[in-house]
Amino acid sequence: MSVRRLAPDEVQPASFAFTPDNLAWAQKTIGKYPAERKASAVIPLLWRAQEQHAYWLPKAAIEYIADMLDMPYIRVFEVATFYTMFQLQPVGKKAHVQVCGTTPCMLRGAGELIKVCKSRIHHEPFHLSDDGDFSWEEVECAGTCVNAPMIQVFSDVYEDLTPESLEKVLDAFARGEKPKPGPQNSRHGAEPEGGAVTLRDLPFDAAGPAKAGAAVAEKSKPASVAKAEPAPEAVSSAAAEFAAKEEAEIKAKLATLSPDATPEQKADAVGTRPTGLAAARSNAADKLQKIKGIGPVNEGKLHALGIFHFDQIAGWSREEIRWVGTYLAFPGRIDREEWTVQAKALAAGAPSAKE
Amino acid sequence: MLADKDRIFTNIYGFHDKSLKGAMARGHWDGTKGFIDQGRDWIVQQIKDSGLRGRGGAGFPTGLKWSFMPKQSDGRPHYLVVNADESEPGTCKDREILRNDPHTLVEGCLIAGCAMGAHVGYIYVRGEFIREREALQQAIDECYEAGLLGKGNKNGWDFDLYVHHGAGAYICGEETALLESLEGKKGQPRLKPPFPANMGLYGCPTTVNNVESIAVTPTILRRGASWFASFGRPNNLGTKLFGISGHVNKPCIVEESMSIPFRELIEKHGGGIRGGWDNLLAIIPGGASCPLIPAADCEELIMDFDGTRAVKSSFGTAGVIVMDKSTDIVRAIARISYFFKHESCGQCTPCREGTGWMWRVLDRMAQGRAHKKEIDMLLEVTTQVEGHTICALGDAAAWPVQGLIRHFRGEIERRIDAYSANPHGEPVRIAAE
Repeated sequence: MSVRRLAPDEVQPASFAFTPDNLAWAQKTIGKYPAERKASAVIPLLWRAQEQHAYWLPKAAIEYIADMLDMPYIRVFEVATFYTMFQLQPVGKKAHVQVCGTTPCMLRGAGELIKVCKSRIHHEPFHLSDDGDFSWEEVECAGTCVNAPMIQVFSDVYEDLTPESLEKVLDAFARGEKPKPGPQNSRHGAEPEGGAVTLRDLPFDAAGPAKAGAAVAEKSKPASVAKAEPAPEAVSSAAAEFAAKEEAEIKAKLATLSPDATPEQKADAVGTRPTGLAAARSNAADKLQKIKGIGPVNEGKLHALGIFHFDQIAGWSREEIRWVGTYLAFPGRIDREEWTVQAKALAAGAPSAKE
Repeated sequence: MLADKDRIFTNIYGFHDKSLKGAMARGHWDGTKGFIDQGRDWIVQQIKDSGLRGRGGAGFPTGLKWSFMPKQSDGRPHYLVVNADESEPGTCKDREILRNDPHTLVEGCLIAGCAMGAHVGYIYVRGEFIREREALQQAIDECYEAGLLGKGNKNGWDFDLYVHHGAGAYICGEETALLESLEGKKGQPRLKPPFPANMGLYGCPTTVNNVESIAVTPTILRRGASWFASFGRPNNLGTKLFGISGHVNKPCIVEESMSIPFRELIEKHGGGIRGGWDNLLAIIPGGASCPLIPAADCEELIMDFDGTRAVKSSFGTAGVIVMDKSTDIVRAIARISYFFKHESCGQCTPCREGTGWMWRVLDRMAQGRAHKKEIDMLLEVTTQVEGHTICALGDAAAWPVQGLIRHFRGEIERRIDAYSANPHGEPVRIAAE
């Protein structure tokens, strides 16, 4: 239970009415419920009113909606004060930051986010910043626990935050921009960071227009999709032609094998297996994940092949590239992502292309 | 590990096309008319045979729940209501279904509607899930356009499906509070009986189901009850979306077989405990209302209804919150108590007053500013809240505190000793304040 009151009269507008668009939308919404049960639409309508009115709900809007739904005012006031997403006081014009502070977010550092809000916006929740652009509050679980910690600003959530990335998000709002919602690290959604370990070999992948993202880069793609992708601009048309020709050749060779051939058998048919080491030199493997295109899974597979160091990848011959590409089931990608070039640079001590 | 071909939610991470076309390419909406043609008794029997238990926390057998709906309408319409008011801390599985694989749910609603004689369904999405309900609405619009929903649709069962939403009240996840909210009132739970199957939404027979329970049914019918029942231990069958949050290296949502050992779940999918297995302090296995399980019991823990009950906790929604040894355990549970205090609807006195009282005492205990006799007093108060309220929120608020005292009483006492060993200006006041 929390005690919630309407804003003081000084800030209350004299009247409220839906815009024509919202009015048409409201009529449609009321139509979802049986005719004598119009009151069911009260939450959606109040929410739309809040969205229309700078994200806070004035008294006039509550009464307007009560009249529209033939409800006693007190019943709508009850609803508006019971449900905590209805903001009864004015909120920041550019952003009202709702930080989730419940245990799963707290364990992953929501307290640090709240400190940022306190120092940057106002030391008390529900107070406007000096310029009136921002306000903040701590909310109870907002339901993105595997992407904790998070904030919600109006309709969008910003997840996997650190104090630094929160500052960046707030900077963008302060400039009047809309930062990109979702995880603020390399994740796409609820998959593990660094790429999904499940749902990697499904038959429908050929048809799926996979979106960009770290995890997608990790996924194996059938040759047909890889070929359909536009070649990077940097690659000259001659090189692209060569790649396409080689890919067709590999495909033709693979077609002669039985469908249940192991990755090794397939790879042996098209290239030469690179010689691997029994263990990393002086027991210290290079961090192969620094190469763009290699995630934890591919790194594991490469380790299993005895590939532990950048210089090993840098030295791959054409035949060896074909073997590894087929073994990892993404023909052509080693070239497209220029693993050997990246590896050469990394072996020489250059920073990772991922950073 | 569950094979990819046995996963129901093939687009749970949103890497693929979530539109109707994409969903059909992944095998959804295939042969739906055939299931409808077999009739409601057949559908209910299939779901019973599959052993599916409700995925919203309580684990009530879904097929049995559907069979409670009156066989013949007495003139009142029947309603299907889907509970997408997912707000339990640690739980965020339904969100991924709503935004990435909504057609599993939409198809499930049509089938469930047929199985309970309902021609209208409402999906109650929590208010915070704004983008999620937009994605769901888009999926429904596509189905209307393709003639899969609505009156006289291709599947042969007239069915209208609407998206409704709340506005930030955890209590609306309780089924009767949800119905109150859907009727346009404050979300305060109703006394049962009458049960919703007799007197639910607008006084009509209603069944309220969790999103995941409904979303898995089309695949169960397509692949057969015995396929679903081939995963997990008896009484705990099927596949399940697990959420892994807190102190693991890679928090994520993943669909796995029921009865997966906890350690395997964390190490295969969660990237292991932060700082290694030995750094584990405790877990909360299925959302904030489940009592915590200390590390010693996690070694052999089986993640299913019976496995968690054997260690005096509950499976809940399978949203695991992991806490490593850096966690201030008393403060972590005190934060959960604050959550329940904030979310109590205020209808029943034991819960309205008790949740706030428990939080205030725990907050002092986190600092050590308490008497040792208050630990027993707190435990006694939890038993006075538990079972003395209309809905289960009172129980849910009591259990985490009981779990804390059961396993970490020593930690609370240590703090009290540490606090009282130092001179302080103000005396410690006793619980009631």
